[in-house]
Amino acid sequence: MNAATSELKESFWARLKSHARFKRKYLAFPYAVFLVLFVILPLLLIVYYAFSDSSGTPSFDALVSFFTSPNKWQVLFVSLFMGVQTTLICLLLGYPAAYILADKKLNKNAVLVVLFVMPMWINFVIRTGATRDLLDVIGLSGAQYPWPATLIGMVYNYLPFTILPLYTTMLKLDRSQMEAAADLGASPFRVFVHNVVPQSLPGIISASEMVFMPVMSSYVISDTLSEGKITLFGNYIYLDFSNSMWNEGSFMALIMLIIVGVSMFLTRNVDRSDAQVRGGGLW
Amino acid sequence: MKKKELLTKIFARGYIALLLLLMYLPILVLVVFSFTDTTNLFTWDVFTFDLYVRLFNNKEIMTAVGNTLLVALISSLVASALGTFAAIGVHELGKKGKRAYEFANNIPVVNPEIVISLSLIIMFVFLGNYVFNGFEKSFWTLLCGHLVLTTPFVYLSVKPKILQMDPALYEAALDLGCTPAQAMRKVTYPAILPGILSGFMLAFTLSLDDFIITAFLTGPGLLSGAESIQTISTYVQSVIKKRPLPPEMRALCTIILLVVVIVVFSIFFLSRKERVKKRKGRTYIHG
Repeated sequence: MNAATSELKESFWARLKSHARFKRKYLAFPYAVFLVLFVILPLLLIVYYAFSDSSGTPSFDALVSFFTSPNKWQVLFVSLFMGVQTTLICLLLGYPAAYILADKKLNKNAVLVVLFVMPMWINFVIRTGATRDLLDVIGLSGAQYPWPATLIGMVYNYLPFTILPLYTTMLKLDRSQMEAAADLGASPFRVFVHNVVPQSLPGIISASEMVFMPVMSSYVISDTLSEGKITLFGNYIYLDFSNSMWNEGSFMALIMLIIVGVSMFLTRNVDRSDAQVRGGGLW
Repeated sequence: MKKKELLTKIFARGYIALLLLLMYLPILVLVVFSFTDTTNLFTWDVFTFDLYVRLFNNKEIMTAVGNTLLVALISSLVASALGTFAAIGVHELGKKGKRAYEFANNIPVVNPEIVISLSLIIMFVFLGNYVFNGFEKSFWTLLCGHLVLTTPFVYLSVKPKILQMDPALYEAALDLGCTPAQAMRKVTYPAILPGILSGFMLAFTLSLDDFIITAFLTGPGLLSGAESIQTISTYVQSVIKKRPLPPEMRALCTIILLVVVIVVFSIFFLSRKERVKKRKGRTYIHG
């Protein structure tokens, strides 16, 4: 009897061992559990909380309140407007800079590119505080001019994120195409509009993505530079968080998620294989 | 024609210089006025290292600096392990599994940080209400948040190195008698090390700079003891809400700038050297 059970045990262990023989795909398991627990489950809960009330019963209160409250509409439009404006200014300033940096005739010094992205590694809250103090001194304080002050802070913070993806696509510009267009009689303006811009489109799109959503959802920059006068999505959700208004906060977060989804869908066909994510290209 | 080229060159250089000057202006002002001891920015008294002494004697700031480094170090180490193993494992999955995995991995990359933080805190509240008996924020909730933020980037930087690897190498090591662990250590690890390192650096810098996730998920622990963990970001944010940046922060910013300059430029020049070496090696092989 005893021998039989021990034999059974042994064969069980042997079978388990052969079954559990190491395969590399098992290494993906811990992070898979992590992703389900801390990424997917929380997002599902956001949807659940957005459509229920504080006692947990399903309700459309948050939805109704969003569509009837001018206050929240204002947050949406102010955020969209701030996002669009910052993106455009960053592109306007960053595009020529990236073009110059990537042009071998104009710039032989790769260190300059490093200088452009280096501010990213200095704590952004300290930089925002410094910008606020500087703007105060030159008479552009957020208390009096909340919008321009915030806009300057946003551009200042997100310009490196615009220049890097633009620079990487500009390095791959086919310059013989541009020369051919010029030789065939196109004016510099036409060469730019019909050749340079289409060639660098992936860079423009990924640069815009790096700026637009983070600006809409930012908290520190708008809070500090507008002295609390401008409320973006980030500020509103933060307020809901500090008042433990989980249902309303979830609905606002859901709106953000929808905007993210739509912008991802609209740009799904753009080849982004070389566009760099969040400054990762430099390391 | 020559004159026009020269003019373009001057214009281009001038534009770059002006943009850099504007971008560095707030930082440079802090650096310059870190060597005097006035309370207000833009007033110069005498040249002194007083602010640096005050910085190192300021317990609150030093705690925040220590916490920031600890959180960044721990979270980026864990993220590197998690992300690297995931990248190795996912490569062996089928097409559908791979696609689902990468979709999930990409969610935190495109998701705004504020949504990540809110979703995590809601999950902790939910678990506290329905599964466990209440919930307390702690270092562990903070770590979870930082891992969600950083691990996807480790995965993304290790993945291309695995794609570049010759799959036969690992099999060959097994056939020659290596155990999977040995093969992993002697064949896979050296080949993907550059990817792991850049993933680690990226994770570290993302964690250092984070404000919103820390603000949502911080709890007592680390150097803060029984109080909520403050990092540089959360500490500075709470201070500058009402008044200007404290003078000690100028000294801190100068030190951070110095460290960043040293690290960034040494990596830059090392990687360039490496690239030159590789290019030379290639010509040697082909020639």
